Amino acid sequence: MNDIVISAKELTKKFGNFTAVDHISFEVDKGEIFGFLGANGAGKTTAMRMICGLSLPTSGEGKVAGFDIAREQEKIKQNIGYMSQKFSLYEDLKVWENIRLFGGIYGMKEKDIQTKTDRILNHLGFMNEKNTLVRDLPIGWKQKLAFSVSIFHTPKIVFLDEPTGGVDPVARRQFWEMIYEAVEEGITVFVTTHYMDEAEYCDRVSIMVDGRIEGLDSPENLKEQTHSQTMDEVFQKFARKAT
Amino acid sequence: MLKYLLEKEFKQILRNPFIPRLILFMPVMMLIIMPWAANQEITNVKLSVVDNDRSSYSQRLINKVIASGYFLLEDMSGSNDEALKSIESGKADIILEIEPEFEEQLIKNRMANVMISANAVNGTKGGLGSAYLAAIMADFADDITTEWGLNTDKTSSALINIVPHNKYNIYLDYKVFMIPALVVTLLTMIAGFLPALNIVGEKEAGTIEQMNVTPVKRLTFILGKLIPYWIIGFIILTISFLLAALIYGLTPAGNILTIYLYATVYILVVSGLGLVISSHSDTMQQAMFVMYFFMLILILLSGLFTPISSMPEWAQLVAKVNPLSYFIQVMRAVYLKGSGIGQLLPQLLALSTFALLFNSWAIYSYRKSN
Repeated sequence: MNDIVISAKELTKKFGNFTAVDHISFEVDKGEIFGFLGANGAGKTTAMRMICGLSLPTSGEGKVAGFDIAREQEKIKQNIGYMSQKFSLYEDLKVWENIRLFGGIYGMKEKDIQTKTDRILNHLGFMNEKNTLVRDLPIGWKQKLAFSVSIFHTPKIVFLDEPTGGVDPVARRQFWEMIYEAVEEGITVFVTTHYMDEAEYCDRVSIMVDGRIEGLDSPENLKEQTHSQTMDEVFQKFARKAT
Repeated sequence: MLKYLLEKEFKQILRNPFIPRLILFMPVMMLIIMPWAANQEITNVKLSVVDNDRSSYSQRLINKVIASGYFLLEDMSGSNDEALKSIESGKADIILEIEPEFEEQLIKNRMANVMISANAVNGTKGGLGSAYLAAIMADFADDITTEWGLNTDKTSSALINIVPHNKYNIYLDYKVFMIPALVVTLLTMIAGFLPALNIVGEKEAGTIEQMNVTPVKRLTFILGKLIPYWIIGFIILTISFLLAALIYGLTPAGNILTIYLYATVYILVVSGLGLVISSHSDTMQQAMFVMYFFMLILILLSGLFTPISSMPEWAQLVAKVNPLSYFIQVMRAVYLKGSGIGQLLPQLLALSTFALLFNSWAIYSYRKSN
């Protein structure tokens, strides 16, 4: 279980004078759910974009699925799935059309796409919505669909950037059940969030404050270290320390 | 992979409430209305006549001018000074002065003089007015030659000294001249603006990020954007040709396939430019305004409304790097003169260079990471 699928060393991103990500280092093991916690503007999304090959680091290095994040971005992209906070499905395409498009882009075979689409829609209970435009789906459904699309090509790692923003606790709970299912299939999950209850679902979490990683351990250990009852308390303590 | 991207683009275009209608209605509107409105044909040119001869031939000439329908006889002035006054006061646009021995000269020497003075404040009106007047003179000379039973050979009929202007199309139907150019404008606008709004639209929707995180190749992505607009361009071109033939009975004098060949390259040029602008822009408004800026320059300095040869030298240089001017040359040459590829090779070369340049730039400027 000790294969490292993501590693970052002293990763830094500067925008002009502003340092969004400040020398962060961490490793993620295969099959882990790795939580990336932080307040809005702490640099979570920027760090994640660098790891996904969407953004070039100013300095430092990193590897994802064995490929260098500065030089082998396209190879990384073949091996990852990505879902951003603005669930980026095409609103003017139907449910099955979105799945087909991304399946096709990742080089899946036509036949595999068709069978897998039906299987997944059945599993989600979306079969009746197969021909619905994504625009017309409620937000919770869109998020579930976006997640299904991001792991449709069975990537090694899936990156989720605040995937559950703006939905009710029930929908969030269901969403996390989907994440656990993905993990069972052997997919490593890297998730950013600012919901502290979600942090409890992760195997390990890192807490980012002002571009730096202030704490990194399992939720239990972090609570013990800071003598806190909940992750919320843990987070408050780290955040206060920073200011 | 390209197949899936093309499928997606076509579905989006067809589902868009606006674009399919635009593709159908814009050519119809442009071709039905614009040739009548964007028309530089001049009528109602106000004429002041100074008839120093007052003979039957001079009277015939004046009658012929009025009967042409292009001129309104504003006044009959006694002298040139008087006529100039009516020009100064804005009552007249052109003075036609007939020399004192007009009839005598005509009969004796087979040669007579008239003077045309045009008010150049409104250059088009003055210029075209004089040209029409000159054409009428030539016609008049022909009439007399025939009447006198002289040789109808054109060279001997030069009885009246005037500067020959338009050798062909005396009462040129301006619409015929404008339609090929309007088709080019139409193609430029649709094949230029739609791609310009496309990539930036995906940026605004956030979907581009989802694309950027996939292993899609830059070339594939750009081709996926380019090919649909290319096909739309052909549809528009075909609709325009059909309308031009149906409404105005205008068909190309040359081979229509020649036009399609050049259009193939030309659409790639404008769509490529649109994609370049799109991938350098952050918002739709920005892309829109930048594209509009280029459109204005491209169209105004293309020779569409004004001949390139009468532009100042710097503007002629700009026209040399304006793909639109090459395509307009091709359209007019094929439509009106019936030229073939053989005579239009430099244009093909120029357009291909532009196509290659813009599309390489489009691929280069589309960055999957920053």
